[in-house]
Amino acid sequence: MLNAVEVNNLTKRFKGRTAVDSLNFSIKKGEFFALLGQNGAGKTTTIRLLCCLLTPTSGDAVLLGDSIIENPTAVKQKLNVSPQETAVAPNLSVKENLELIAAIYGSNKQEAEVKANKMLTALGLSERARDKAKTLSGGMQRRLSIAMALISDPQIIFLDEPTIGLDVRARRELWKLIRELKGKITIILTTHYLEEAEALADKIGIMHYGKIRMLGSLDQIKEATGQKTLEDAFFMLTEKEVE
Amino acid sequence: MRFLAFSTRNRKELLRDPISLIFGIGLPVLLLLVISLIERSVSGMAEIFSIENFAPGIAMFSLSFIALFSGMLLANDRSSSFLARLFASPLAASDYLLGYSLPLLPIALVQSAVCFITAFFLGLSVSVNVLLTILVLIPVAILFIGIGLLLGSIFSNKQVSPICSIVVQVAALSSGMWFDLHQIGGAFKAVCYALPFAHAVDLAKITLAGGGFTAIYPHLLWVAGYAAVIFALAVRAFKKRMKA
Ligand SMILES: Nc1ncnc2c1ncn2[C@@H]1O[C@H](COP(=O)(O)OP(=O)(O)O)[C@@H](O)[C@H]1O
Ligand SMILES: [Mg+2]
Repeated sequence: MLNAVEVNNLTKRFKGRTAVDSLNFSIKKGEFFALLGQNGAGKTTTIRLLCCLLTPTSGDAVLLGDSIIENPTAVKQKLNVSPQETAVAPNLSVKENLELIAAIYGSNKQEAEVKANKMLTALGLSERARDKAKTLSGGMQRRLSIAMALISDPQIIFLDEPTIGLDVRARRELWKLIRELKGKITIILTTHYLEEAEALADKIGIMHYGKIRMLGSLDQIKEATGQKTLEDAFFMLTEKEVE
Repeated sequence: MRFLAFSTRNRKELLRDPISLIFGIGLPVLLLLVISLIERSVSGMAEIFSIENFAPGIAMFSLSFIALFSGMLLANDRSSSFLARLFASPLAASDYLLGYSLPLLPIALVQSAVCFITAFFLGLSVSVNVLLTILVLIPVAILFIGIGLLLGSIFSNKQVSPICSIVVQVAALSSGMWFDLHQIGGAFKAVCYALPFAHAVDLAKITLAGGGFTAIYPHLLWVAGYAAVIFALAVRAFKKRMKA
């Protein structure tokens, strides 16, 4: 099995509005996939579907052999997610947040502590280990949020707009950290920053009004659209339709 | 056993933001003190304000704040993406509800204990019946935990606290702690005894007075029935939230 994710006609409609419109794509194991699109394109809805947080209106997706419809519990054990809004327990310390997630995914107390310590070092959070999560800066909270997504050793990780609202330096630092994950696990990242997709992804899906308009590597997208930059290609692909 | 990790987190979350806890334990004790002191100095107050009758009412009133604790905790988690993150984990709905409920039980025991210890100072006689009363109040605590979880699953964190305040008021007014329902009678009494709160207070009063199981049994059944139905509704509402 080469593909980590296979999406088949995945569709989600909310009261008349089609947020995700018959998506079809696949992501190889170990690939870094970026879903690029402006606000409201349907990126978060796609992630929520793949994480079994929403039931699709129609279609299905298979994650490492398990269907999100038929076997969500098996799917959930293999993935983890860092949601768009920072999702940490405010009154728990940084380390307690990490241990909590490890335990919820099945680690016992000792294992959870070992994993938490590993994450603290790997993500440069050791100095803040005992501080309550609510006292961290935005960038640090995001970092913690990503660490919480990594601590369960997921085979697939979803990062929904991980650098939204961060300053340039914090963004660069997060990029560095995310880049280090490349090749180790399958990563699906959403962003509306073109340069983020360009800097990080092996494969980019340009999403617009619930549809994927173009899918491929940076070079493939430039070639197919005949444009010199991703930005030009992006505007060309997302300009026309106004609903 | 994954729910244990989650319940530990909830215990910490509750104890580290203790203002509402302090309020929920402190206010009933204050009321108990004030009413008892008035009862001592004013002659001819109704019998319901004697310490053996009023302390069980206050104990129920104190537990009603648990609806606020559980409701706020859940609604706050829902308002942040924290719960969304957990919904993507393999935790099941029962893990969440157990995880929210468990840490509230020791808090409920502390509330009841504080209430009766205060009552000892106000003249309540120390007996094993007090321990039994604290035990029979556990289903009452579970009822209020369930009410909070139901409301916290349905309403937003801004709506939950006023709605829980209404629950606290209704529980107090319909419980017979402030006026003798048997004297009022009529439709009001019927409504109060259709709700579980008067049964909760009767349950505690009778146990404190040394009544046996046959005497408390109908009231216990009424409280437990309500608790079961409300928990079932909470599970449904919560499951719906898990898969928006
Ligand atoms: N729960 C929901 N109910 C109704 N509409 C929704 C819901 N979630 C998202 N939408 C709509 O679906 C569209 C896509 O939203 P979203 O997936 O959040 O986009 P993105 O993450 O790309 O900004 C938007 O128009 C949004 O308003
Ligand atoms: Mg989004």
